[in-house]
Amino acid sequence: MEGYVVSNAVVGALVAGAAYTVRAVRRSRQWSQAFRELGRRRPIALCAIAFYVALGLADSVAWIDASATGIAAYEPSSLVDRLFPAEFQERSYSAPFAFEEFYGGAGLRHPGQHWLGTDIRGRDVLHMALKGARVALLLGGLTSLIVIPLALFFGMSAGYFGGRIDEAVFFAISLLSSIPTLLLLIALIVALGRGPVQVCFAMGVTSWVGFSRVIRGETLKLRELDYVAAARALGASDARILLRHILPNVMHLVVITFVLLFSGMVLTEAVLAFLGIGLDGSWGQMIDQARDELARDPIVYWNILAAFAALFFLILSVNRVGDAIRDILDPRTVRENV
Amino acid sequence: MLAYAVRRLAYGFLVVLGVLGLLFALFFVYADPHDMARRAVGEKASPGVLDDWIKQHGYDRPKLEQLRDHYWKMLTFDFGRSDLDDVPIARRLREGAGPSLVFTVPAFAIGLLLAIQLSLFVAYFRDSYIDRTILLIAVLEMSVSILLYIIGGQFLIGKILNWFPISGFDPDPALIPRFIAMPVLIYSLAGVGGDVRFYRTVFIEEMNRDYVRTARAKGAGDGRVMLRHVLRNSMIPILTNVVTAIPFLFMGSLLIESFFGIPGLGAVTVDAVQANDFSTLRVVVYIDALLFIVFQIVTDFTYTLADPRVRFE
Repeated sequence: MEGYVVSNAVVGALVAGAAYTVRAVRRSRQWSQAFRELGRRRPIALCAIAFYVALGLADSVAWIDASATGIAAYEPSSLVDRLFPAEFQERSYSAPFAFEEFYGGAGLRHPGQHWLGTDIRGRDVLHMALKGARVALLLGGLTSLIVIPLALFFGMSAGYFGGRIDEAVFFAISLLSSIPTLLLLIALIVALGRGPVQVCFAMGVTSWVGFSRVIRGETLKLRELDYVAAARALGASDARILLRHILPNVMHLVVITFVLLFSGMVLTEAVLAFLGIGLDGSWGQMIDQARDELARDPIVYWNILAAFAALFFLILSVNRVGDAIRDILDPRTVRENV
Repeated sequence: MLAYAVRRLAYGFLVVLGVLGLLFALFFVYADPHDMARRAVGEKASPGVLDDWIKQHGYDRPKLEQLRDHYWKMLTFDFGRSDLDDVPIARRLREGAGPSLVFTVPAFAIGLLLAIQLSLFVAYFRDSYIDRTILLIAVLEMSVSILLYIIGGQFLIGKILNWFPISGFDPDPALIPRFIAMPVLIYSLAGVGGDVRFYRTVFIEEMNRDYVRTARAKGAGDGRVMLRHVLRNSMIPILTNVVTAIPFLFMGSLLIESFFGIPGLGAVTVDAVQANDFSTLRVVVYIDALLFIVFQIVTDFTYTLADPRVRFE
């Protein structure tokens, strides 16, 4: 099947999943209260995140027009691509809102229309910066799909059952955390072969450590509480206790930890992009490709600035929201050093 | 105490063995030696040349023999030569550790002192305007990619203001300060935001304890309470952070070293990554993990020095 059809289907599934989550949140008094409190404390940051998410979704829905000619007949264009005129390209650099090329002064094909200028190959910088949102969200989303179930499974069973299982999980945690995160990431990506799936997998392995540690610790505490003993006395099986009594009580830690890890992941990807092992189309890659432009004379600044700004506002909003979520849901358990 | 030390060391050794096993599985079982060979002799090399290279470097031997060899060599610190350019890896590590330490140690010390002073200050003024402003600045600072600090710093200080050379390194002690000034500045400032937030929570937690109120009631001044009581009682988290950061100082910083042209271990790592040089990469990862484990054990024992209440069973 065509790649873009699959991508559209995945977006549909994600939206359905999000709708289901929203419904579940609205049904639970505790969660909907927390969400309302979050909206009260961080309205701007939440709007910014919603904007990035909308951008990422819009860029994931793509199709090929029946009437398309040229490259567009082979490459599906997304909703974000459709905001820009077809073949929106110049031959080389153009400054923001310029009417002629930056070097040489030849006329542009689209004078005055490149709001953030173009890069060395004449691609529109605003377009590239907007498309970076999808890559960043994909990184966070795909990684969390890998990590959260695994971390919940291993963390909860280690904390709940203890003994051999706990020892094994704890050994894996100490093993992986004894290798510096960046080196482990690099080692995994280089050895597994460079590519988007490998990057997400490597990010998953490195963030699994912090995740499982938090969940294991919390489960250890919950296991000793009276209501768990009561459930056991009533004859509940281990599986039932884990799913019905422990899992709902560690979910808030999953949310907090995920938000804290997400900004780290996106920032780390920028570093990986610099080493040449990042994701295609990410802001990190834009920065990497643009970093020599500051040495040009006169300098080309819009390219690198756009990537940094897009990265900065996403991370800032996520950090602000993450802090607020932590204060609302759990002021003590998860510290700064997840 | 002795029994604890022995058990702790044995567990550390087990983790080291695990790390080595993971490295072997990644670099020599999962990864295809043909990729390595292609990177070493050229993308368009004929299959015969590739096979020769693989045979020459011993990657065609049975996996079990390679595994035994891997463990034996790593545990006896016999690192051999790089597959790529035949330079002894041990020599490269020795040569790289100096330049890395020269800039990471001052940078770490400056960053730590700055973070602790700032966070003591912020904790003292907690929930006031000063506190909230500095915390907001810290979040802003944390949200900026390290790449911006490096690229922006190079551009502003090196190119526009022309204070320091943009990049380069000279082992001559008289010239070192000029070359490391900018890396030190960037490396120390980049982490301050997160550190301030971390130490602030630590200090505030201490400030809420009863002994602080007692000290106040007995007439101790603010400075004395903060420095003699709160700071000293927060030594455990500070020590943990410091000692676990030491192994990273040896390794330098991948980014800063390659941007500023410092020939340290970070640069060695970047070169190995870009060339798929697994023979070097495994040694770098192994040494770093080993240092981390050793220093972690050291931290556990320094707790007894910092806090007499801590006892090991």
